[in-house]
Amino acid sequence: MRKIVPLLLVVVLILSSFQTPAFADNEKVTINVYNWGQYISDGTDGYIDVNKAFTEATGIEVNYMTFDSNETMYTKLKTGGSTYDVIIPSDYMVARLIAEDMLEELDYSNIPNYALVDEAYKNTSFDPENKYSVPYTWGTVGLIYNTKYVDEADIGSWDLLWNEKYSGKILMFDNPRDAFAIAELLEGIDINTEDPDELRSAAYKLIEQKPLVQEYVMDQIFSKMEREEAWIAPYYAGDYLLMAEENPDLGFYFPKEGFNLFIDAMCIPKGCQNKAAAEAYINFLCDPEISGENLDYLGYSTPISEAKQYMDPDTAASEIAYPTQETLQNGSAFINLSAETSQLADSLWLQVKTQGGVDTYAIVCMCAVVVLLAAYFIIHNARKKKRIANRCKKWKE
Amino acid sequence: MKNKALAAPYLVWMALFTIIPLAIVAYYAFTDAQTGELTLKNISNIGNYMPILIKSIWLALISSVICIIIGYPVAYYIANCSETAQRFLYMLIMLPMCISFLLRTLAWVALTEDTGIINNFVTSLGLEPLPLIRNNGAVVLGMVYNYLPYMIMPLYTVIMKIDKRLIEAAQDLGCNGANVFRRVILPLSVPGIISGFTMVFVPAVSTFYISQKLGSSGTTLIGDVIESQFKTAYNPNLGAALSLILMVMIFICIGVMNRFGDDEEVVTL
Repeated sequence: MRKIVPLLLVVVLILSSFQTPAFADNEKVTINVYNWGQYISDGTDGYIDVNKAFTEATGIEVNYMTFDSNETMYTKLKTGGSTYDVIIPSDYMVARLIAEDMLEELDYSNIPNYALVDEAYKNTSFDPENKYSVPYTWGTVGLIYNTKYVDEADIGSWDLLWNEKYSGKILMFDNPRDAFAIAELLEGIDINTEDPDELRSAAYKLIEQKPLVQEYVMDQIFSKMEREEAWIAPYYAGDYLLMAEENPDLGFYFPKEGFNLFIDAMCIPKGCQNKAAAEAYINFLCDPEISGENLDYLGYSTPISEAKQYMDPDTAASEIAYPTQETLQNGSAFINLSAETSQLADSLWLQVKTQGGVDTYAIVCMCAVVVLLAAYFIIHNARKKKRIANRCKKWKE
Repeated sequence: MKNKALAAPYLVWMALFTIIPLAIVAYYAFTDAQTGELTLKNISNIGNYMPILIKSIWLALISSVICIIIGYPVAYYIANCSETAQRFLYMLIMLPMCISFLLRTLAWVALTEDTGIINNFVTSLGLEPLPLIRNNGAVVLGMVYNYLPYMIMPLYTVIMKIDKRLIEAAQDLGCNGANVFRRVILPLSVPGIISGFTMVFVPAVSTFYISQKLGSSGTTLIGDVIESQFKTAYNPNLGAALSLILMVMIFICIGVMNRFGDDEEVVTL
């Protein structure tokens, strides 16, 4: 009998833990947010801690996780095993997720702040009917370089990334879409091309660049550029502003061949556990005051004009965060590519990354090792047989 | 009968977490990503990655051999120390393993990069920075550093267990120092060398983090390719096929290694 009581207690405990979601109303609600790395103001340098402010305002806990590229996020969603309530992918990835029916339709009555979003960021090409997404930020891709080491005469174009003078000091995007776009812009190809030959020629261009590249990276660009381990890197303009605060020698320009213009948007993926709380979170991030303070820290551009009044006036006036109309005309947005093209791009990208792995020295050495091993075993076996034969002979004698 | 019952939990464990996952890997390797039909397309892709596979095996082989060369004297020395010294030295070998392997590799990056600690010192002397990182040597260094304890531990255990009387007997029969080592100690420590080699070679050949951090954009290893298939490219079928081929390659290498062991035993008998 005495043994049964604790046993019952254990059973009760286990059962009650299973039932937690049913009593969710009385307990703390937690939402899982999946965002780019270094992409929210988290309280450093005296800026606002957005997630904490949200929890204080609504009582909803935020479980915040990050990814380093759209492709990583897509794979994570696709392989399942984890549920997210809010995700913040870029334009073309939003379109892909919509096409593959992986997003929930939003209930805009729960997101009143959506009305404040500028008209320019509504009815976008990736979500033409405004059903699935709310813009979080927008921005541009440009070239960051270190003014101490890079000659002013060399800048102005994407070809700086192919300049042999800076071999080993060049970083490159570690995701196919951004990397191909640069090669395509340099070759004068449309960044949304579906033509396999054009994609191949862009891949050759990237293979040509490879010996000069120090590393294919995403967010490690921050530390590598700040510490001057690398001198040249293409990256998002907003992140340049963050890096320049750490290292004032860093410069930035929009290459003359054009550049990518992107919008990152908040969405709710299928399988979301708490849609109302997720929508509250999206609404909170669209609050002009929050958006202003958040993006003041991030350096990315806000899609809500009203938010600018809460920003540092210098940031709001920055030509890098808010380029002139003239500059913006040179930018172009990504659209979703067909599944076949995406697959081709992925396999070409793998080719780029594995190219140059042919190491004749290693192959020759491996062959030598194999031959030596074979010779060793053959001689060894022959000797052993001889020895046994000899022994048998002796025995007989 | 009783013994068999005791093994049951492990058998269940094996089935759940080894055999079923392996079957899933095989299933993915032989099916098409889009249609789900049976195909050999993924496996035949290996032709494209052969140079990378050979390079991975080569670098892992070099690392294993260096580990034996460094690890054997260390293990031998520790095995011949007093008991307290042995415990202390053994703990020292184990100590780095208490720190995350990623962190230790990152520490090497901080040491060896162009603006790293060593090169900062070199440039402060007015010299050009040394090419310490982003080459094959750096990758081998990372592998040796990370996997050396796996070589020392089995070697130490085996050498420690060698019956001292055998050595004395050899000496009594007029064997000199070098011959005692060559004819008695070395053959008896072959099992340790084999298990140490296996424990270094297997993780080294499939590593991806070390080559990404310490290697250049040209030192992509087979582990990097497999990782990218699961992490970003979302092509688990190709990734599974490559893993399967890598596994077969590893089995072949270990098989060859074990033949060494068999032969040595025959000789010592």
